[in-house]
Amino acid sequence: MNPTIQTLLLIQGVLVGLLTLAGLLVWVERRLLALWQDRLGPNRCGPGGILIFVADGIKMFTKEDWIPPGSDKPVFVMAPAIIVVTALIAFTIIPLAPGVSILDLNIGILFFLALSSMGIYSTVLGGWASNNKYSLLGGLRMSAQMFSYEVFMGLSLMGVVILSGSLNLHDIVKAQSGMWFVVPQFLGFLIFLFAGLAETHRLPFDMPEAESELIAGYHTEYSSMKFGMFFVGEYVGVTLISAIIVTLFFGGWQGPLLPPVVWFFLKTMCFILFFILLRAAIPRPRFDQLLAWGWKFVLPVALLNLIATGAIALARGN
Amino acid sequence: MNARIEETDPPPRDFGRNGGSLINHLKERFGPDAVTEQSTRDEFPTVWIQRAEVPAILRYLKHKARPRFPMLYDLTAIDERSRANRESVPAGDFTVVYHLMSLEPFREIRIKVRLAENGLSIPSITRLWPTASWYEREVWDMFGIRFDGHPHLRRLLMPTTWKGHPLRKDHPARATESGRFSMPTERHIEEEEALRFKPEEWGMERQSDEADFMFLNIGPQHPGTHGVIRLVLQLDGEEIVDIVPEIGFHHRGAEKMGERQSWHTYIPYTDRIDYLGGVMNNLPYLMAVEKLAGIIVPDRAKVIRVMLCELFRISSHLVWYGTYAQDVGQMSPVFYMFNDRERVLGIIEAVCGARMHPNWFRIGGVAADLPDGWDRLVNDFLSYFPPKLDEYDSMVMANSLLKARTRGIGAYNTEEAIEWGVTGAGLRATGMEWDLRKQRPYSGYDQFEFDIPIAHNGDCYDRALVRIEEMRQSLRIIRQCVDNMPGGPFKSDHPLTTPPLKDRTMHDIETLITHFLNVSWGPVIPAGEGTGCIEGTKGLYSYYLTSEKNTIPYRVRIRTASFPHMQIVPFISRGHTVPDLLAIIGATDFVLADIDR
Repeated sequence: MNPTIQTLLLIQGVLVGLLTLAGLLVWVERRLLALWQDRLGPNRCGPGGILIFVADGIKMFTKEDWIPPGSDKPVFVMAPAIIVVTALIAFTIIPLAPGVSILDLNIGILFFLALSSMGIYSTVLGGWASNNKYSLLGGLRMSAQMFSYEVFMGLSLMGVVILSGSLNLHDIVKAQSGMWFVVPQFLGFLIFLFAGLAETHRLPFDMPEAESELIAGYHTEYSSMKFGMFFVGEYVGVTLISAIIVTLFFGGWQGPLLPPVVWFFLKTMCFILFFILLRAAIPRPRFDQLLAWGWKFVLPVALLNLIATGAIALARGN
Repeated sequence: MNARIEETDPPPRDFGRNGGSLINHLKERFGPDAVTEQSTRDEFPTVWIQRAEVPAILRYLKHKARPRFPMLYDLTAIDERSRANRESVPAGDFTVVYHLMSLEPFREIRIKVRLAENGLSIPSITRLWPTASWYEREVWDMFGIRFDGHPHLRRLLMPTTWKGHPLRKDHPARATESGRFSMPTERHIEEEEALRFKPEEWGMERQSDEADFMFLNIGPQHPGTHGVIRLVLQLDGEEIVDIVPEIGFHHRGAEKMGERQSWHTYIPYTDRIDYLGGVMNNLPYLMAVEKLAGIIVPDRAKVIRVMLCELFRISSHLVWYGTYAQDVGQMSPVFYMFNDRERVLGIIEAVCGARMHPNWFRIGGVAADLPDGWDRLVNDFLSYFPPKLDEYDSMVMANSLLKARTRGIGAYNTEEAIEWGVTGAGLRATGMEWDLRKQRPYSGYDQFEFDIPIAHNGDCYDRALVRIEEMRQSLRIIRQCVDNMPGGPFKSDHPLTTPPLKDRTMHDIETLITHFLNVSWGPVIPAGEGTGCIEGTKGLYSYYLTSEKNTIPYRVRIRTASFPHMQIVPFISRGHTVPDLLAIIGATDFVLADIDR
């Protein structure tokens, strides 16, 4: 087959697959939370309520798309697009199976880090452009949160890079054929998990939207499909972070018996469910506590981890 | 608990074992004419003083008297202009009433000042008690009495655009008595403009040397405030510089309604004061009415009342527990706690026929006897709930994130609590072992074994600890109720009991007439003043009733716990951040209807 058509088909597949998954995750999350919280959750639309995302979609598309007076209109409109677009683009480098990814970049990790930083602009700009004090506070929190978390997000991945000797995600997956990197890089994994949670701003790191304090934070003023974009962006972000964790620390598509892509999907789902469980379980720390913890504790640990990994790699002479 | 409950209505209150010595002392110090005693129906120590001497005498009582009265428990007024029956009440158009309290030893005194209609002003005591600020504003709002020297004498409960003073006797109580209401566009705009917050009016700066302050409206509609209240925050970044709470959005004029409902038909209104406390609100009102009427409530009714009050205490605390966890961002507990509350409400519904506002206590007893099988329901709950409480402890209170969010936040000490009029769990969390159910047992509480839980740091976490332990103590009390429920009538056979017992109604004409009158225009309660006070779910609730030997009260004063608890919030929030404020609000456990009445 023509390689261009092949790539186009792959893009189509990933796009449709991801957006459907994001939609289904809405249902999965709500049903799971309901299960853990002794209630039913959405169970009316379709078998077990699974079509709730279709109903949600119709609702979002048909609601009044309101732009608050006094807002910075172009920025206000652009902000929700950024989060979805960056998260989707970042997905292009994820190896779904041996040799299967939309892009095979030799700077894979850097590309991911760059795009995840771009995604933050969505919340910061959305908060700024809304002309609402709650949104502004949410946007401010997000930018401060990211300043601190981006730093060790990158650092936590460097251990993996040292061990595999490559920034290319395909090479990193192949380098884990003997042992998953979660074993030698357990600290790196934990730190990336925290940073990833902060990145997706889900509970316990949802200070930018903190509904009991800031109503809905940066997206307070958003309605209709613009709000829907933030919503979808959040789930795509969760999927992306889970996929990256699986690729970098849990051997990506590797696994016995089942086809690689199934293994990849199963592992990713485990982390998505873990994120949902976390949301059901714990309260939200205060914003300054989170920052202090990030700078004073996680950052030094990330540095130590990097130094130790480097020293061991040097001693082994590779 | 003894099989039979001794008569436990509060003994006549005086100034303690040394009787009227405090009044003699006041007379010595301020001259024999300065202080006049008034006798009240419930023998509540009440004195009249002159307007000019208010600051001096109150200062003396707060700082030097023995015992000292460090708590300003209540401050209100009465419009005396339409009184028909003025026995033992000096002439005067308006009366300002101060209610002071000494907690250790427990003493109370009510101080009254009469004012003439052409000179409605009195010195403010906000310098003496910061908590007087809201009470004085309320009296200004409701009666138009000026307080000289008050820093911000503005309306508190009514909108700033309101004309007139609602609790004056000449102000209409019903919409049909005032003109037709209309809201043309111009007026709408004016009303909206009147709601705009102007920092200058509160002496607040818009910027400091380093920063421009942001003024943020939390409320009137906000998911974190649990009701309609507006907190205007002066913020430096996320740090709170100052807060101006604005209340009154939930004001329904419960006190005014008391002046037009019959003694009996007012009971449902009390249900809705602390709307999480249900029948617990009936109790202080009925205690006051029963004191005025001289009704002695039978034992069975007392124990039934205690049991339902404690069930409602658990139900109210469960709502608080879940929302408290939710306010600091924990999503799940609220669902578990509302499920458990559902079980409590199930029992309450089985007994009373309604859930949140059962309106089930009556003058002289309760509405009906307990239904068959009530004890099985209660026993089921008693065995179900304690393990759940332990589970919630490990889920919520043991969570280190929650501890980090609430320890050391919003702390005050015992002196500050008393100074601001804080009662209930907020007071006990500062280390003071003070519970009205022990200090002056009512409704037979002295026959029950239970402990007073306390904590020591007075912060949000400790307030939570106290409330959770209170639920366990409530379970203990309920178990004793089940095991020792006395037999006998559930209603007194006093003629003023409403509705009266019916067994002889069809047999003799006298009983029939009494019955007919009591259910048609309602009971006529003897003249005098009566006060009922209970340890409610949120602190001390009291009803101060003035009767003129009529079918309706002359004045109903409702003192609630949430009112001072809300007033202390700015004081304990300064220097904290916005998320801390939500934790403080969550731990305070207020009910908006309880603040605004």
